[in-house]
Amino acid sequence: MPTEPASPPEVARLVPEENLTIYSAVDMKRRLLAAVHGPRTVELDLSRVAEMDTAGFQILVLAKRESQRLGRELHIVAHSPAVREVLESYNMLGYFGDPLVIPAEESC
Amino acid sequence: MDELLAVFIPEAQEQLAAMETGLLQLENGDPDPETLNAVFRAAHTIKGASGVVEITAIEKFTHVLENLLDKVRNGEISVGGELITWLLKGCDHIAALLTAVEQGNLDSGHPLLQDGEALANRLREFAGSAPPPGSETRTVAQQPAAQVERSVETAMTDCWHISVRFGLSVLRYGMDPLAFLRYLASLGQIVHVSTLTDALPDAEEMDPESCYLGFEINFRSEATKEAIEHVFEFVRDDCELTILAPNSSISQYIELIERLPEETMRLGEILVGSGALTQAELEAGLARQRDAARAAEGAATPPPIGEILIQQKAVRPEIVAAAAARQRQVTEKKAAEAHLIRVQADKLDHLIDLVGELVIAGASANLLAQRSKQSALVEATSILSRLVENIRDSALQLRMVQIGETFSRFHRVVRDMSKELGKNIELSIHGGETELDKSVVEKIGDPLMHLVRNAMDHGIETAAVRTALGKPTTGCVGLNACHDSGSIVIEVTDDGGGLNRDRIRAKAIERGLIAPEQVLDDRELINLIFEPGFSTADKVTNLSGRGVGMDVVRKNIQSLRGTVEVSSETGLGSRFSIRLPLTLAIIDGFLVGVDASSYVIPLEMVVECLELPDVAADRHYLNLRGEVLPFVRLRELFETPGDRPARENVVVVRSGARRAGIVVDLLQGEFQTVIKPLGSLFRNLRGIAGSTILGSGEVALILDVQALINLAARAEDRLLTATAPRS
Repeated sequence: MPTEPASPPEVARLVPEENLTIYSAVDMKRRLLAAVHGPRTVELDLSRVAEMDTAGFQILVLAKRESQRLGRELHIVAHSPAVREVLESYNMLGYFGDPLVIPAEESC
Repeated sequence: MDELLAVFIPEAQEQLAAMETGLLQLENGDPDPETLNAVFRAAHTIKGASGVVEITAIEKFTHVLENLLDKVRNGEISVGGELITWLLKGCDHIAALLTAVEQGNLDSGHPLLQDGEALANRLREFAGSAPPPGSETRTVAQQPAAQVERSVETAMTDCWHISVRFGLSVLRYGMDPLAFLRYLASLGQIVHVSTLTDALPDAEEMDPESCYLGFEINFRSEATKEAIEHVFEFVRDDCELTILAPNSSISQYIELIERLPEETMRLGEILVGSGALTQAELEAGLARQRDAARAAEGAATPPPIGEILIQQKAVRPEIVAAAAARQRQVTEKKAAEAHLIRVQADKLDHLIDLVGELVIAGASANLLAQRSKQSALVEATSILSRLVENIRDSALQLRMVQIGETFSRFHRVVRDMSKELGKNIELSIHGGETELDKSVVEKIGDPLMHLVRNAMDHGIETAAVRTALGKPTTGCVGLNACHDSGSIVIEVTDDGGGLNRDRIRAKAIERGLIAPEQVLDDRELINLIFEPGFSTADKVTNLSGRGVGMDVVRKNIQSLRGTVEVSSETGLGSRFSIRLPLTLAIIDGFLVGVDASSYVIPLEMVVECLELPDVAADRHYLNLRGEVLPFVRLRELFETPGDRPARENVVVVRSGARRAGIVVDLLQGEFQTVIKPLGSLFRNLRGIAGSTILGSGEVALILDVQALINLAARAEDRLLTATAPRS
């Protein structure tokens, strides 16, 4: 980033292991918000999320919006099939704007 | 919870019955898509309700069933005999689960659950073997695409537009908007979804367990508006839902935009983005809206919305008509439902008891009034007794149910059994609207079942035999009901081979029921099949023919004060006639007197009254307009002391086709009677059906007319056979 050339871009990577559902929503909101308030860029690896519902989806939207408000970046670097399905259903892949990696065995 | 269950179980059973009826109609090739819809709705209702009462076993299973039905509805799977068989098995399984729930023993280890899993897998196979959705196999179109001339005001899209804002609490109630989208996708194709997250509050205020989402959905489907609304049924109270039909007018979209919380332009963009409107349409619409607003400022009171809509041609007239018709249907259905009240049977029985007492008390008052000879009092009591009569009739009417419901259960029985037997048999029902007492209806089911099974198993021949005999290959079992002189007659008919007289005779001799040389007329002979231990079937099947049947049938029917008879023609079929009293409680009677005693004859059975002409004292028949009428003298029958009066009267009674005369001293007129059963001590008395209390407090015996007719006929026969050799 041109404004802060001195410090290397801090990148934090978050790899949630649990499901992104209403049961973990309170906890996830806290963790994700803490993450976007920290380093400049947060990379979210959702490849291990086995289940996601609308509550989980809202937390992601909230985190993305919060990071935009703070002028930081939030990227989802890996989608599990469950996450992808929800984002596709809601037609929100474009909102997050992250490249989607489809594993080879699924694409064929 | 228990209360909920108490409501849930009978409702679910009703829905199941509806499902079964619908499925059977479908199997018979009913082309009406509404039948399939009704089946689907029933399944859906059961699923929803079982979810509410938290019986997951039923909910899960019904879900599988519903999915399958949905595919059928979308025309992805064609309706076939095998599919219906499995769907019916599914119904049976749900019924079994309901019974288990009712008995309170549906726990996780219940064997039914495993059966259900196997059955569910089988059903899933049906669903899975279907061609993928979207292929050109839609056989059951739900709403033919209307050919509409598009005006400028109509948006150029063939999609439904669904706008929904979910309430905050949706997620907490365990419902997920995703699920609704998926359900929606099962009804058609979701062309475009815009997810609106605008309502999501700031990070601190956002409650992770609340729902802030809204959706604008473009949806291509042949489903009806009602079906689409149905998708959101569970959150109907908790969301804002607007559904615009394909080709809705632009003003409707504009109206939608104005109503929704999001900013007008943003929504407009979304609608344009999702393809619901074009940019030009949107701009034109908004401009017109502004003009209308300015014009409206002048008017004192804004016209109602409906009027505006029609003036603006916002709704196409055919849509209005269809919507109004649909709405009327719904309200009518609701109204019909509201007219039904579930009442506990014992409350009703108590009411009938009280009405019975009222009838007796009323009769007593009437009698006293007549004796007092005060005309005003007589008039008052006669009005009173007319009202009591009306109350009695209405009270009894409460207990009356149509027999059709009992009959229609047999569709399934006939269907299943004809498959099992490998015979082609159809059921024809007549007189299903005939009403009779509920307690009688409940008890008649078993005997009927037996007769129907017998008719199918023994009566109707196999298709090969039928073809050889030149009969139509499809056999017919009939269930008929009608009212006849104060009783209801229920017939079970078949067009099979009829009863084999020789075999009945041989069997009867073998069982020692008749002596080998005994002469019996045809009627007596074939009615021997009602004797205990009688079975003429050559082979015993698991369906019938174990020889415990017909006597049980007769016993059951006799316990209802009814009779059963069979008539049969070789090669043409048999007819079992069951004759039952309409009700067990109160009858209109005809009061007669012999010496000091009073007797009551059920009025419906009385044909006429006449003075007994001079006949020889030892003869028990008279000449009634050229016909021989056997009669009995009550005086002799009940051994009443005293001499015969100078003039005796004959009451001609009829039961079925047979008539007889009852000779009495006095005719006392019509009389309402509450039947009081006789004590068990008198149970075996012949000729007496019950007793009643007269207004004066005296007891009168109610005559069992049928038994008396039999008695008269038999006495006459005896007399004739005794005199025959002499002549």
